[in-house]
Amino acid sequence: MDFVPALARWLHFMAGVMWIGLLYYFNFVQVAALKAAATDNTAAGITKHVAPRALFYFRWAALVTWLAGAALLGGNFVSAFTLQPGHAAIGVGAWLGTIMLFNVWGLIWPNQKKVLGLKPATDEEKNRARRVAFLASRTNTMLSIPMLFFMAAGAHTSLYFG
Amino acid sequence: MNNPLDSLWGTVISGVVLTVVLYFVVKTLIGG
Repeated sequence: MDFVPALARWLHFMAGVMWIGLLYYFNFVQVAALKAAATDNTAAGITKHVAPRALFYFRWAALVTWLAGAALLGGNFVSAFTLQPGHAAIGVGAWLGTIMLFNVWGLIWPNQKKVLGLKPATDEEKNRARRVAFLASRTNTMLSIPMLFFMAAGAHTSLYFG
Repeated sequence: MNNPLDSLWGTVISGVVLTVVLYFVVKTLIGG
């Protein structure tokens, strides 16, 4: 067994499940839950106790997923990101994952810090931050669909592309 | 026009459409 790619693949899967699992939790569960909670003033339970913990594992799992993926690509890293014929499928998956990582650390987390009160912000800034974080999170949910397709296709090219 | 990302179904359908588009892009790239 070649230990580095084997461990990198394992880690990539575990961290990826945590990252995308929490992304789907935010989009499929928490957004609707906060909307419902706003009607009976119970949203604080989610924003104070659940969201910060979920965001902690979410953002660090995103980084670990990307780093393990980069280690897994190894010498094929440049071929994948330049979409060379033999690595085009995994390359598209890698690009989508990279855009998603940027959205996590560049848009979702900085704006969620304002929304959750971890960083000082006016009500107007909070409203704007809430919208930006929401759209970045929804964008990642949309991108996760082709990203997962190309991760699967990259490992089984003949099955998907004949 | 509404933003499809405002709805969960709009988000999922957009993702599926993007998958189909990228599938044919990659198929062309690998000469399939």
